[in-house]
Amino acid sequence: MSEAHAHPNYIKIWFWLLILLAISVAGPMLEIPWVTVVTAFGIAAVKTFMVAAKFMHLQFEKKIIWYLLIICVTFLGVFYFGVAADIMNSSGQQWKDCIADNTCIEQRL
Amino acid sequence: MGQQAEAILHETEAHDAHHEMSFWDKYIFSVDHKIIGFQYMFTGLIMAAIGGYFAYAFRMQLAWPGEEVPFYGLVDAAKYNMLVTNHGTIMIFWVAMPVLIAAFGNWLIPLMIGCDDMVFPRLNRLSYQIFLVSALVLILSFFVTGGGFGGAWTSYPPLSAVAAYNLTNWGASLWLLAVFLEIVAFLLGGINFVTTTMNARAPGMGMMDIPIVVWMINIAVILFMASVGPLVAGAVMLFFDQRLGTSFFIPSGGGDPLLWEHLFWFFGHPEVYVVLLPTMGIVAEIITVFSRKKLFGYRTILYTAFGTGGLSFIVWAHHQFVAGIDPRMANVFVVTTILISIPIAEMLFSFIATLYGGSIEFSTPMLWALGFLVSFLIGGVTGIYLGASALDVYFHDSYFVIAHFHYTFFPITIIGMFAAITYWFPKMFGRMMDETLNKIHFWGTFIPFNGLFLPLFLVGMAGQHRRIADFTQYPDLASPDLQSIRIFATVSLVILLLFQFVFIYNFFNSMFKGKKAPLNPWKANTLEWTVSSPPPHGNFAELPTIYRGPYEYSVPGREEDYWPQHLAPNQ
Amino acid sequence: MSLQGPIATHRMRTGIPTGRLAVWWVLASEIFIFGGLIMCFLLFKFNNAPGFEDADMTSTAAGAFNTFVLLTSSLSIVLAHAAAEKGDIQASFRYIWFTIGGGLVFLLVKTYEYSSKIYGGITLTENVFWSFYFTATGLHALHVIGGMVIMGMISFDVRKNHNLQRVELIGLYWHFVDIVWIFLFPILYIANF
Repeated sequence: MSEAHAHPNYIKIWFWLLILLAISVAGPMLEIPWVTVVTAFGIAAVKTFMVAAKFMHLQFEKKIIWYLLIICVTFLGVFYFGVAADIMNSSGQQWKDCIADNTCIEQRL
Repeated sequence: MGQQAEAILHETEAHDAHHEMSFWDKYIFSVDHKIIGFQYMFTGLIMAAIGGYFAYAFRMQLAWPGEEVPFYGLVDAAKYNMLVTNHGTIMIFWVAMPVLIAAFGNWLIPLMIGCDDMVFPRLNRLSYQIFLVSALVLILSFFVTGGGFGGAWTSYPPLSAVAAYNLTNWGASLWLLAVFLEIVAFLLGGINFVTTTMNARAPGMGMMDIPIVVWMINIAVILFMASVGPLVAGAVMLFFDQRLGTSFFIPSGGGDPLLWEHLFWFFGHPEVYVVLLPTMGIVAEIITVFSRKKLFGYRTILYTAFGTGGLSFIVWAHHQFVAGIDPRMANVFVVTTILISIPIAEMLFSFIATLYGGSIEFSTPMLWALGFLVSFLIGGVTGIYLGASALDVYFHDSYFVIAHFHYTFFPITIIGMFAAITYWFPKMFGRMMDETLNKIHFWGTFIPFNGLFLPLFLVGMAGQHRRIADFTQYPDLASPDLQSIRIFATVSLVILLLFQFVFIYNFFNSMFKGKKAPLNPWKANTLEWTVSSPPPHGNFAELPTIYRGPYEYSVPGREEDYWPQHLAPNQ
Repeated sequence: MSLQGPIATHRMRTGIPTGRLAVWWVLASEIFIFGGLIMCFLLFKFNNAPGFEDADMTSTAAGAFNTFVLLTSSLSIVLAHAAAEKGDIQASFRYIWFTIGGGLVFLLVKTYEYSSKIYGGITLTENVFWSFYFTATGLHALHVIGGMVIMGMISFDVRKNHNLQRVELIGLYWHFVDIVWIFLFPILYIANF
């Protein structure tokens, strides 16, 4: 069973999570791009961290689990940036972007 | 904890003593890791026969185009595509992985780390059952309207996504479903392996006392788990494209086919190391035992295995050098691809260093292990040629690539499998295999294997493209010289397949009528040799305590040239 | 097979009980699956694939409400775990069923969302955004259903004072499902980023 440790105050954490949720919904309503990114995504990251650390007891867990999770996120990052470098290049010297100029169907692709 | 463990053991034993299991419970619905290991092994071997049969059919077509293949029939272009696609898919997903990882991992890990079973026996059984269903789904795909999927094991869209293009509407989806189920089975099984190795080691077995094959299988399983996730997402997306009309990968609907390539190869490249590492482990065990010498550089091998695993995640686009990626991106992948050859070469050098100065016994497992070293070296080196993007412009999709990956995959899968089976057979079945037949089988496999694939480098260099059913339509490739090479390769394959009957006979005959095996015929140190042959339910009568690493051979001052892990220091 | 399983299941060389260790490995592999799907979504989006402005056609209110529901159910399952640890099996049982109820509410809201879109003529073949919307939320919903089923099974064990450690384990899974939704919510419901 779990080691003896003081439980965090779960209800307090939940309350803060709801506050963050409210901010993350209100922020994008201002329609300022950087505010949207910070509130919607930044807060998503913070909420994730809070749920992981407090509700999932990661802050009391052995370090190896932290390392495992960090490695997972790192590899996802490798996947994203490796693939983005190719997928996001929508122009080149020898090829046409048939999605952009709507000629894919003509070319029977 | 120790006393509690003892109490549980006695309780289990007492419980089992008056619990006579039916045939179904004991062999079909077993939760014992050894039986589940056998289930995987036999399923894998049957699938190997199917995969080999497909190879026979398409190679016969290549050697004598347009003629009916004996025991198969006419191989037209559509059938050819189906044969090569499913040959590749079967060999990787339903032979290499189940035999090397699931069968030997299941059978060996609890025994080698000194515990009584995997930590989740029922999950283990479930993972086999899902795996069996996946094999059946794949076989079913051959019999539906349109036949089996023919879009290559890489399944690139839009060919694989649009039935009007691939002409195998149901086959394509059943193939995808089979692969998906196989992946789920291995994810489940992998969790069992890693958790067991991490938590259930016998007292005294530190991380550096774990036999290298157990480490390798665990690293392989972790690599698999980390690389397959995006492909699972991609497979769901492809399935929806096939069946629901979405356009994740279909350009006319706004999708991107290149995305599939990345998703596939992000998994596909680590996958080859997933199958390589267990065989490296098996070869390491065999080489140490039959050189009577400590494994050279245990830690180095371990760290380079980690390095290989990590690097394997950043080489994938070398499969896409000519897919239209930015050449500057290709440069990055050239560097990483060539870099990854270093840790792998280092592992091979460690094995050679282990052999050096050893007291070598050329038993059959040792012959297989040495055969692996030689063949894999050729395979690995030719990979470096392909890793240079400039050369790859010419070689991509040619037979050079086929020869390269068969010089890696065949040693990994087939040679690795036979090495492991011949080595652990005495423990698994309590009898010795016939050594003469074993050696006949070895040479009858090893020589034709080289006869089959070595010439394929030559035809590849001559420009012969892969996945083509009939070369007579290409004047440059239809020359008698090249055709005679194709015939030579096909004849080698047929000889290779015929010699497998020697193995089948030897395997079953020895299982029932072989000479009874001593407890530790190879005089090895690892724990599996301390139990009876075959090991009983629960493995160890008393859980062992470990005092040293697994490679203490020829220790000076000792009368015996080996020192099992569980013997106390004064024994 | 004895109820306790093999000795191996109870060994703890890492100091982490095997059940919990295994659940973390499961979650790690799920991170790659959902992560892979979300990465693909982002790749299409940042490449200006057509259809991604449709994110403002999803009901932010429904999405926010669902986030609230899942966060609250995360609270209740961790309270169930705390209760189980103290041995209060009745409270634990109630909290588990409260969580299952939360999952049910989530699914009902999702059903309402799906049906209003589908009856409005938008299905997953509409464009790449909607393909992702239905695939990602559908996959997530399947995980919610799976979690609810397993929680139900565990709750009956808890009531008989068996296997109380499993409350923590299903809690970990449920928190993961919650975290996936915490990411799905902004990317699917909030356009303009």
